[in-house]
Amino acid sequence: MSYTALAITLLFVLIPLILSKTLHLQLEKDTIIATIRSIVQLLIVGYILKFVFTSDGYLYTGLMIGLMVLAATLNARKKGSHIDGITWKLVVTFLTVEVITMSILIGLNVVPAIPQYMIPLSGMAIGNAMVLSILFLNRFSSEIEAYEDQIELILSLGGTPKQAIHRQLISSIKASMIPTIESQKTIGLVQLPGMMSGQIIAGADPIQAVQFQLLVLFMLLSTAALSSVILGFLSYPTLFNKQMQMIHEKFSGE
Amino acid sequence: MNSIYQPSIHFQDIHLTIDGQTILNGITGSIPDGKITTFVGPSGAGKTTLLKMCNRLISPTSGEIQIYNKNAQDYNPVDLRREVGIALQSAPMIKGTVYDNLNLPRTLQNQQLSREDAISILQDVGLDETFLKKDALDLSGGQKQRVSIARTLVNRNKILLLDEITSALDRISVREVEELIQKINKKYHVTIIWITHNLEQAIHLGDYVWVLMDGQLIEAGESSILKSPKNERIKQFIEGVDA
Repeated sequence: MSYTALAITLLFVLIPLILSKTLHLQLEKDTIIATIRSIVQLLIVGYILKFVFTSDGYLYTGLMIGLMVLAATLNARKKGSHIDGITWKLVVTFLTVEVITMSILIGLNVVPAIPQYMIPLSGMAIGNAMVLSILFLNRFSSEIEAYEDQIELILSLGGTPKQAIHRQLISSIKASMIPTIESQKTIGLVQLPGMMSGQIIAGADPIQAVQFQLLVLFMLLSTAALSSVILGFLSYPTLFNKQMQMIHEKFSGE
Repeated sequence: MNSIYQPSIHFQDIHLTIDGQTILNGITGSIPDGKITTFVGPSGAGKTTLLKMCNRLISPTSGEIQIYNKNAQDYNPVDLRREVGIALQSAPMIKGTVYDNLNLPRTLQNQQLSREDAISILQDVGLDETFLKKDALDLSGGQKQRVSIARTLVNRNKILLLDEITSALDRISVREVEELIQKINKKYHVTIIWITHNLEQAIHLGDYVWVLMDGQLIEAGESSILKSPKNERIKQFIEGVDA
C-alpha cells in the first residue's frame, strides 16, 4: 500500500470526528490523540521490526519481548494498585504466559524460532494476557468490595484466607475468561479475525491463514486461562495478614 | 471485674490505634465463663472491635488477650475461631439454600452436616425443617439472623460473640432470639458476649455488663449496675438512650 492510499484512509477518522462534533459527544480530542498515537506507535514498531528482522539476532528479539512485558505491566498495574507487589506479580504472569506458549510453539516445532514468528506471536500472547489481567483485576476489586462481609464471615467460622476468598477469586477468573471463550464461539461467522484477514489481503492461501488463525486462537485461550489464574493466586494472599485477618483498607476500593 | 467465676477471656491493657486514631484505650477486665456478659455503650465506643479481638479477627496494637488462660496469639487462628464463634450484625448469607449456609462451617473442614443435625440446629433457633431448602438470600431480616446464629452454633463453640443481633428485628422476634440465647447459654454452658443498644435487654438477659465509651471500659459489674449508675457519664448515656 502506498502512503497516498494510507493517507486516504484518514477519511475513516473524519467520520467519527464529524459525528462527535455534530452530536456533541466531546470525543474529538480523544479521537485525534488516538489517531496520532496509533500512527506514531505503529510506524516506530514497523521500523524497529524491520531492523530486528534484518539484524538476525535473538538479543533484539529478547529485547522486543522484554519491552512488550514492560509496557503491558505499566498499563495493567494501575488497575491493581491496592495489591502489594502488583508490578512483579504482573511481570511473573506475563513472563510465565510467554515462556509456556513459546515453549509449546517452538519446542514442538509448530513455528520456526525466528523473529518473524516469535515477535508477533509473543505480542498477541502478552497483549491478550494484559487485557485478561485488567479484566481480572477490575472484577476482583469489585467482588472483594461487594462481598467483604461474606469473606469476613468465612474467616470468622474458621476458614482460611484461601477458603474465605475462593468464591470471589473463581468468579473473577471466570468473568475475565468468558469474553475470550465467547468470542471464539462466533469467530468466522460474524467477522473474520484481523490476523487472518491481513494474511488473505496480503495474498496468502486462505486455508493457511485459517491454520495460523486457529493456532493464535488456541494460544489465546491458553493465555487467558493462565494469566487470570496465575494473577489471581498471586494476588489474593496480599489481602490478608499473617494472622489470617483481612487488611480492611485493601477491601474498600481503589 | 471482681468475680468468683473462672474467666474464659481476660483482656490486659488492650490498646488499638488505627491511622493515629485511638479506637481502644487500655481495656483490662475478665469475662466470666458460662455467663452472659453484655457490652453497652454509644456508637464508636469500640464494642465491635473488642468483640472481634476475642477470635482474632482484629488484633490489638498492644496488650494481651487470654482465652482460657492461653494467650490468643498462641492459638492457631482457624482453631480459635472454631472455638470462639461470632454472629455478625449484618448476618451475611452465602448464595444458596439455608442448608448450604448451615453446612458452611463443615465444608470449611471438608466435612458435611447431616440433614438430622441441620434440622436439630434449625429447631434450636425456632425454625422448622421446611427452611432447609429455602433460598437464604430470600429470608427476612429476622430469619437471616436466626440462620446466622444457627450457622455459628454448628461449630459447637465454647464462647459465642453476638454483635447487635436483634437490632433489626421486630419485638416478637427479639423476644424469641433472647429466649434462644438464654437456652443456648443454659443448655450448652456457652459463654456469651452480647453487644446491645437495648439497656433493658442488657439488664434482663445479661449476668454482667461492660460499659464502654470512647475506647475505654468505664464500668464493669453485675447487670443491675445499669439500674442505678453512680458514674456520671453512664447516667448521661442511659438518659440519652431513654430519651
